[in-house]
Amino acid sequence: MASPSSSSFWSIASRQAMNSGLFITKLYCFLHVTTNYLGFMAYAYGPSMIPTLHPSGNVLLAERISKRYQKPSRGDIVVIRSPENPNKTPIKRVIGIEGDCISFVVDPLKSEKSQTIVVPKGHVFVQGDYTHNSRDSRTFGPVPYGLIQGRMLWRVWPFQDFGPLGPTPSELTN
Amino acid sequence: MGIQKLLWEVAKKSFAGGIIGLTISDRCCSVVPVRGDSMSPTMNPQKNSFFDDFVLVDKFCLKDYKFARGDVVVFSSPTNFRDRYIKRIVGMPGEWISSSRDVVRVPEGHCWVEGDNKYSSLDSRTFGPIPLGLIRGRVTRVVWPPQRVSKIGR
Repeated sequence: MASPSSSSFWSIASRQAMNSGLFITKLYCFLHVTTNYLGFMAYAYGPSMIPTLHPSGNVLLAERISKRYQKPSRGDIVVIRSPENPNKTPIKRVIGIEGDCISFVVDPLKSEKSQTIVVPKGHVFVQGDYTHNSRDSRTFGPVPYGLIQGRMLWRVWPFQDFGPLGPTPSELTN
Repeated sequence: MGIQKLLWEVAKKSFAGGIIGLTISDRCCSVVPVRGDSMSPTMNPQKNSFFDDFVLVDKFCLKDYKFARGDVVVFSSPTNFRDRYIKRIVGMPGEWISSSRDVVRVPEGHCWVEGDNKYSSLDSRTFGPIPLGLIRGRVTRVVWPPQRVSKIGR
């Protein structure tokens, strides 16, 4: 059996390298399209969504499909890009959609003073479930639809709370 | 049998090509047409839509949302998220802008955008400062028509 010459060794090796490079590129692009157009996993922590989400950490599944075809509805838990810092992506609940008249207590820790606003066209009013410790639309105002990144669907971890995330029972009676 | 395999191969290759193209368009850069004359004379100096400019939109800036005054950006409209506008950033967070009625401070995380053609532009003078998170890319060059290929400066 003749041994392969050095030139064909390099041609085989370069073809292998190109194939692996192409495979990695295709994998990266596939992951990008899935996480940006279908759904993604998120690790959520912090006190603003107590009791719905644990302050010490949850792994959640979010989807990006519904934001393209329909407006968000009241009671959805959404990931938004913060209007105060575009590098942060807080998770809050939609309390009001465009046209709604919302009354809220501005700062429950300080006083009982409440304020009423009408949510403008193309915006949503978001609020954390734990209003005593949450920076949300009560502080930075209604959020335009373009800042919504995705809607939370399911909790994966901690396992004892594995299950869907949806509107709170009070929202359902509205 | 052969033509079925051929069609399957073509389908697989175009699917892979489509996914790679979509990723490049989202992460790297894309080419978009410019409609309207709110950015005259920087873009679309004539009113005839046959000569509309096509511009190169850079997407690397979306990693940290670092922008500067003078950048021309593509952003989603705050009133209708399906619309995209192209305007220039004239105010960064913390700066004071004199709008039609008074002097306004641009809040943290927002920017003030205006079209170069002030008489025919729907911009922050109407809908206020926009959050930086609405920006979808930065316009760097005009790439069509060939006689107008140029870098867009501050």
